[in-house]
Amino acid sequence: MTRELDEATLEALAIGAGILGTGGGGNPYYGKLYVRRLLREGRRVRIVAPEDVPDEALVVSVGGMGAPTIGIERIHRGDEPLVALRALERHLGRPATHLVPGEIGGANALRPLAVAALADLPVVDGDGMGRAFPELQMDTFAIYGVPATPAALADIYHNVVLFPALRDAVTLERYARAVTVQMGGAAGFAFPAMSGAELRRVVIPYTVTLAVELGAAILDARRRHADPVAAALAVTGGSVLFRGKIVDVERRLAAGFARGVVRLEGIGEDRGSELRIDFQNENLIARRDREVVAVVPDLICLVDQETAEPVTTEVVRYGLRVAVLGIPAPAMLRTPEALAVVGPAAFGYPDVEYRPLPGIYGGDRIAAQRAASSERNRS
Amino acid sequence: MLLDRAELLAWAKHPTTPDVSSGIVGAVRAVLARARVAPADVGAVMLGTTHFTNAVVQRRELARIGVLRLALPATTSIPPLEDWPDELREAVAGYLEILPGGHQFDGREISPLDREALARAANRIVQEGIETVAVSAVFSPAIPDHEETVTRFLAERMPGLRITRSHEIGRIGLLERENAAALNACLVPLAERTVRAIESALAELGLEAPLYLTQNDGTLMTAEFAARYPVLTFSSGPTNSMRGAAFLSGLRDAIVLDVGGTTTDAGALVHGFPREASFAVSVGGVRTNFRMPDVVSIGLGGGSLVRADGAAVGPESVGYRLTEEAFVFGGSTLTATDIAVAAGRARLGDPRRVASLPRELVRRALATIDRRLSELVDSLKTTAAAVPVVVVGGGHILVPDQLEGASEVIRPPSAAVANAIGAAIAQVSGEIDRIVSLEAQTRESALAAAEADARRAAVAAGAHPASIEIVEIEEIPLAYLPSNAVRLRVKAVGNLREGRA
Repeated sequence: MTRELDEATLEALAIGAGILGTGGGGNPYYGKLYVRRLLREGRRVRIVAPEDVPDEALVVSVGGMGAPTIGIERIHRGDEPLVALRALERHLGRPATHLVPGEIGGANALRPLAVAALADLPVVDGDGMGRAFPELQMDTFAIYGVPATPAALADIYHNVVLFPALRDAVTLERYARAVTVQMGGAAGFAFPAMSGAELRRVVIPYTVTLAVELGAAILDARRRHADPVAAALAVTGGSVLFRGKIVDVERRLAAGFARGVVRLEGIGEDRGSELRIDFQNENLIARRDREVVAVVPDLICLVDQETAEPVTTEVVRYGLRVAVLGIPAPAMLRTPEALAVVGPAAFGYPDVEYRPLPGIYGGDRIAAQRAASSERNRS
Repeated sequence: MLLDRAELLAWAKHPTTPDVSSGIVGAVRAVLARARVAPADVGAVMLGTTHFTNAVVQRRELARIGVLRLALPATTSIPPLEDWPDELREAVAGYLEILPGGHQFDGREISPLDREALARAANRIVQEGIETVAVSAVFSPAIPDHEETVTRFLAERMPGLRITRSHEIGRIGLLERENAAALNACLVPLAERTVRAIESALAELGLEAPLYLTQNDGTLMTAEFAARYPVLTFSSGPTNSMRGAAFLSGLRDAIVLDVGGTTTDAGALVHGFPREASFAVSVGGVRTNFRMPDVVSIGLGGGSLVRADGAAVGPESVGYRLTEEAFVFGGSTLTATDIAVAAGRARLGDPRRVASLPRELVRRALATIDRRLSELVDSLKTTAAAVPVVVVGGGHILVPDQLEGASEVIRPPSAAVANAIGAAIAQVSGEIDRIVSLEAQTRESALAAAEADARRAAVAAGAHPASIEIVEIEEIPLAYLPSNAVRLRVKAVGNLREGRA
């Protein structure tokens, strides 16, 4: 199934991607403006379902890497990931046929769409995280064995750094991060490359559709004066963990990442309780009165309780009234292999046990519905 | 309104006139006459105005502008004015260009400035007949050099050209800062005309004292500076009310409620100044990031309609028709004011006209009003402890003497002119917003340097050096980068130097 991106869908996608950023991932606003302009210039973005990607296709993940604060000041040239993609294609000796987002949460949901519009390539409806994560070995491509290299980075000058062969994704993360700093703190990337058959094995499916449905549900609820938070949860799965007011924010810098703690005091039904959220760019662990209630890789999202507008860890501040959403992680992030990389221990919490939130991740729900309906069509 | 140090001598209220200056002259003349003060004895004139905000919102008297962004090869994905409302962009967009220039976060140049490209741009500006431009460069809040150099370059070729530099207005966040600079550029010709008219009108009255305008952070700028940076007056209305409330109540930390006919604006005072919004703020549909007070408004005021047997009060309101439509004024619409009178919170109009209202209705409507007000107060509080609440504005009668979450409710006398008092007591400030690397220097030395620069900026704005305090320090680590970069924001505030012309 292929759908063509229009401006209304783009608007919804940017809102959904902001929530799936789980507090980090950068603001999708800037990428949205760029893609909107490309659409207005007459370029097209096609979204294709994972099952419609041919086995022999060459699928490449593209996006941006670096600090969100750089992204809001030194706005992208725009085609950096495309330049990285072209370098990767030259190295591989053949052209990419499809693009896939690495990370549906935050700014990186939008950048593959811009590359798709520039290169006239279709984008796969799915991604490697189903949310946002701080490091690149944390995507399902790496977790499920797609080699991290060859990989390419490009900067605003179209300088390209190609990594033909590195040991693993963790090594690539370290090297690529160092190069990104030299590139001015933000770079476009193209990696990994995989076949269509491989893609279907490792991709978290239908997350582009999920982000669009999520944003559309919120916009619709706002128009109808219904509850946008409830509308959001109906799409993503999960529940409101807590409603409260932010009473304390503590930030510190650790190895290049903004780590910290947000404390909330309950309001309404949660009055008298406290919620504490530990974050490393993205929200990691939520404790209610010291009891752990949600743990990474499940999604912990702060949204404005009236509008469901996402509240990122960079703008979190005293006094904001928020709803804290606990959204079940994609099934592909809940396997033992995945939890070794994106579970609490990987973020420095070896003593916290991962107990999955009940419910089904919205992308998995959409996948099941699609599978059921194509089953019906066949019989 | 006339103040002698802390004492209010006289005040007058006059409606705004289309040309602004004649209304001001009328008010000033009335105040001087009432207080029996000679014009020559006035030390300074402080003015708060919404004139420039209104010009943007109503899209009138805006000049066609040029925007020069120094950034190539970066930033081309989003050209200047990209997300502006169409009709506003069409009204003002003259010549928009992205040129080589700007800096990286670590201080390297993105590209050197290109004099030939600048000369071509200058020619286009002349050909298009543009008189006012905005100049923005990547990371200019940290490294303003390219904006300054281009300003000199353009000024040499076009001596009359008005140039707004983005680093003097906004913060990190290129698009939002550039938007603020571009809005400013549209307003400069209007601001020049307005300030000149006010100054000559004051001179005709024999007032030779320097004129200051209030900014949205609660501090003052000289009239000369205001003519170059009119956007800094945006949102100074709520700020002045809050500063006035601080002055009248003697409190430096409190929640302020400004209750009007249709809405209640609430803000938090921190060390005597309004807390600032940390989000992008939209002005006339344009996303900007310069300092604005963190004001929360709810649809509850003296004219709010009471419905559903008192379970709903507002947001619909009779507004300025309150004195005709409310029960107590002989009308037939049940308003929040009628409830306050019926409950004995206020004596207003004809209380007999609400004497027969069902008690249950009055009780329930009061509970609704109190709940909405206490939720509003609670949303602005930063700790669970009860805080003092200062109430100003014409609708203050709605606010009970005991409010949940408030340690006390204070209604200062002269609350109706809190706004003008806020303008008159304003101080001057200096602010620094930069990204620093902590690899070659310690956190302490980086902070000390930023504080010293903020103090220097305050002195340059007219502050008395001995009175300067650092009122705000914010440190935000930059995520996803291992280079130990931190964004530092420091703000210094001081009293106006006396006798400064």
